[in-house]
Amino acid sequence: MAKPASSFSKSSHAFMAWIDKRLPVSSFWQAHMAGYYAPKNFNFWYYMGSLALFVLVIQILSGIFLTMHYKPSAEEAFASVEYIMRDVEWGWLIRYLHSTGASFFFILVYLHMFRSFLYGSHRAPRELLWIFGMLIYLALMAEAFMGYVLPWGQMSYWGAQVIINLFGAIASIGEPLTEWIRGDYFISDATLNRFFALHVIALPIALLGLVLLHLVALHENGSNNPDGIEIKANKDENGIPKDGIAFHPYYTVKDIFGVSMFLLIFAFVIFFWPEAGGLFLEHDNFLPANPLVTPEHIKPVWYFTPYYAILKAVPDKLMGVILMFAAVGILFFLPWLDRSPVKSVRYKGMWYKIMLALFAIAFVRLGMLGMSEGTPAQTIEMRVWTFVYFGFFVLLFFLSPRLKTKPVPERLTH
Amino acid sequence: MPTDGVNKKRRRFLVATTSVVGAVGAGFAAVPFIESWKPSAKAQAVGAPVQVSLDGLEPGQMIKVQWRGQTIGILRRTEEIIGSLREIDGDLRDPGSRESEQPVFAQNEARALKEEYLVVNMHCTHLGCVPQVLPQVGPQPFEENWKGGFFCPCHKSKFDMAGRVYKGVPAPTNLRIPPYSFLDDSTLIIGVNPEGAV
Repeated sequence: MAKPASSFSKSSHAFMAWIDKRLPVSSFWQAHMAGYYAPKNFNFWYYMGSLALFVLVIQILSGIFLTMHYKPSAEEAFASVEYIMRDVEWGWLIRYLHSTGASFFFILVYLHMFRSFLYGSHRAPRELLWIFGMLIYLALMAEAFMGYVLPWGQMSYWGAQVIINLFGAIASIGEPLTEWIRGDYFISDATLNRFFALHVIALPIALLGLVLLHLVALHENGSNNPDGIEIKANKDENGIPKDGIAFHPYYTVKDIFGVSMFLLIFAFVIFFWPEAGGLFLEHDNFLPANPLVTPEHIKPVWYFTPYYAILKAVPDKLMGVILMFAAVGILFFLPWLDRSPVKSVRYKGMWYKIMLALFAIAFVRLGMLGMSEGTPAQTIEMRVWTFVYFGFFVLLFFLSPRLKTKPVPERLTH
Repeated sequence: MPTDGVNKKRRRFLVATTSVVGAVGAGFAAVPFIESWKPSAKAQAVGAPVQVSLDGLEPGQMIKVQWRGQTIGILRRTEEIIGSLREIDGDLRDPGSRESEQPVFAQNEARALKEEYLVVNMHCTHLGCVPQVLPQVGPQPFEENWKGGFFCPCHKSKFDMAGRVYKGVPAPTNLRIPPYSFLDDSTLIIGVNPEGAV
């Protein structure tokens, strides 16, 4: 403090003052970074949000460069993807970044959502935060589905056929609706062209808007934490939460460390295992789309298979479609289905740990069964896990207000 | 918003009417964008009904044409084939075509407008493969008592000479019958039902 300010420091202050008079950079930085206090006990699960944001940036950047070489027409699409892979300088890397990024996006989002199940991050006053998150998840599913159609391989084509025909199950308007979505009487150039437009413009804009709303809603109340208690209930004389630490530098550094670790794994997959044995890029998609020949075994990419298993588990087409959409839809109501007096799994007691473990196993197992051929034994197993999946929410609603909880501490534990 | 000396009723009325008019306007403005997703004139032209000449199609022969991206088979059946259709009803899942997709005029034993001609969407109702046509009567590797019909190489679904599905195969329903009609005795039009029919 005693040292006189250098002329550089003086002029940089003057520059920031000039900016701040016109754009609230410093106050924004103070409100959302340096002076934004987050709970001090974040653990592994709290990497997923910032990593998902990081992958969104990767997807947008790699996507912009892919559109420079890709041709959205039924005639040229497949060949243009081959061209990107073989002839464009570094094209293979840009495409693998994008295709691997899509799968990692879903891995991160699923872990991010599971964190909420663990610590009750969706509970009041964070219901809207959860709903914006769910809308991001929906937009992401639409984005991923349409992106998967673009290479115009066999699985692109027939996957689109199956998914669009789901809407045909709706009585009376089903048939015209599928025709309207396709823009033709079968999946054709018109379908590919509009999916391209939605994939590269409409849905990314919607996603970015929803991410912004998600973050604004997050910063309104601040993050939840593994103890599920409000740090703002205990403030010091300066009005700073006693259990809070400044987001910058503490959590920016933590998140940068997370990004480094993530990139290690991400790069390994891109360089050595980009198809992930047919999970990230399915084998049938290396054949050009052919409307007259159906692949032997149609299945969606791994991140949709839990819901696909629920669809397959129901013998009736319309009921299957309804149940499949209900499996996603019920998640929106999670903040109101969990009526326990405590938020975090740490204080909910054994009943919740068992239920949540069963739910997680059901989701993973449904995902595995969704990729399978569907033998009669597998169909029965799919029904069992579908029952467990929905049972979790029903039991949660009825049991959570009644069952025993442990005492919740005043302050964060370590 | 200042509130003194304001006619609140009038303000509410103006806000409500402006909102309604605006919403209706937005609704109308959305119409062109929504309609632009319908099959274009070009797609409609390509998907238009297809005329097929039946001249030179001998009994027992089959021709295939494309309609709306689908393969449509036209089979001219002999008297024996038509006569043998009833014999295997017991082996079929839906012999009366009650759960299958066809125009009402084709919901009969022969699944046809004129018994002689079978006009059928060749895509298997299981997963859309195109079955082979095996009209010869006699034992086949997949069926001892084969009366002729369609056999799907993808998942071994079997259909008879009217496109009706056998029991115990993956395909759930009979092969689909597209809308069609006859312009005259030797001209078929696929994509249009006979006048007055559905």
